[in-house]
Amino acid sequence: MAVGGGKSFYLALIVIAVVGAGLIWSQRGSGGAGATAVAIADLDSIGSTFEGYVIGRSSAPVEVTEFADFQCPACARHAILTMPDVIQRLVRTGRVRWVFKDLPLNIHDKARSAHLAAACAAEQDLFWQMHDQLFYRQSRWTRDRRAERRFREYAETIGADLDRYDECVRSGRYNSRIEASVQEAITLGVSSTPTFVIGNRMIPGVIPYDRFKQIVDSLAPVNPTE
Amino acid sequence: MMHRMAIAVLSLLGLLVSLYLWLWKMGWLGDLACGSGACETVQLSRFGEMLGVPVAFFGVGGYLGLLATSLVGIQPTWQKRRSPTLWLLALSAAGLAFTAYLTILEAFVIRAWCRWCLVSAGLIAVIFALSLAGFARWPPLPPRGEPDG
Repeated sequence: MAVGGGKSFYLALIVIAVVGAGLIWSQRGSGGAGATAVAIADLDSIGSTFEGYVIGRSSAPVEVTEFADFQCPACARHAILTMPDVIQRLVRTGRVRWVFKDLPLNIHDKARSAHLAAACAAEQDLFWQMHDQLFYRQSRWTRDRRAERRFREYAETIGADLDRYDECVRSGRYNSRIEASVQEAITLGVSSTPTFVIGNRMIPGVIPYDRFKQIVDSLAPVNPTE
Repeated sequence: MMHRMAIAVLSLLGLLVSLYLWLWKMGWLGDLACGSGACETVQLSRFGEMLGVPVAFFGVGGYLGLLATSLVGIQPTWQKRRSPTLWLLALSAAGLAFTAYLTILEAFVIRAWCRWCLVSAGLIAVIFALSLAGFARWPPLPPRGEPDG
């Protein structure tokens, strides 16, 4: 290789590396607090009658709506790694009201059943307990041909009345509500899970706790004198 | 040595693409610049991870290997050696096979096309073609006792 040619080759590599790294770095700033403000319809204007599964005070200054799929690995990662911090530091402190909405994706064969199981647990005020069971044990039931049986075991574990649970699952009475939630997500332009709607910002993908806090701080700053 | 230099450039581009997808998957970036949203669908599907590791991370490792091998291959002491070409061929063949598997999943199982994955698929296909061309142009192996280049 000629010396001059070698120099220009390495120079070209360095330029590509620097430009590429710069482009990636610039994307970093577009997440979280500076997340792309997507022109989305107001959630209230969609006309969905089901509010979602709610945790947190109604007086909380910030509302976060999560569209998630119980069979989605990224949603499980969010539920396991991020959600405990969110609940402890943002929800229980009264800063955030968290709303979970069903978005079972068609590519996940057991997702609809999982969402139905969660809805039936919710009937007995056990949604969040079932939510944790489904996400923490996701890797087990996704490979299980009889996933519904697993869901029933989880219902038993969290102390649900199994007769009521069985009757609920058999009736499938929440299937239409789950479908309505899916349609709501489509109307909003949500195309993947998890997606978080915070104010007029729509943020697809897993985001760490620090990013959530950053967004919440930007929307409802904490008064240092408080 | 032109094919090794070209592979180095293409591997660097592939490395940047897979690094972008991996960092996004890890939650360190904001929105994925994809257009249709299909990238998120693919990345967040159950096929977005393998053995608990994001698929994009395998891309980072693979392209790093190709980049390092091609850079070593253009150093004066390695230019006339055949082994970098063989390594490039093996690595790119493995990368191409893995990419083909992922592309089939996109087409028939996930039914969504991630544009960045397609860019990566195109890059690895060209890298494989260049490796093959480099291998084919190499003269036959020398008799024993002589350098392999």
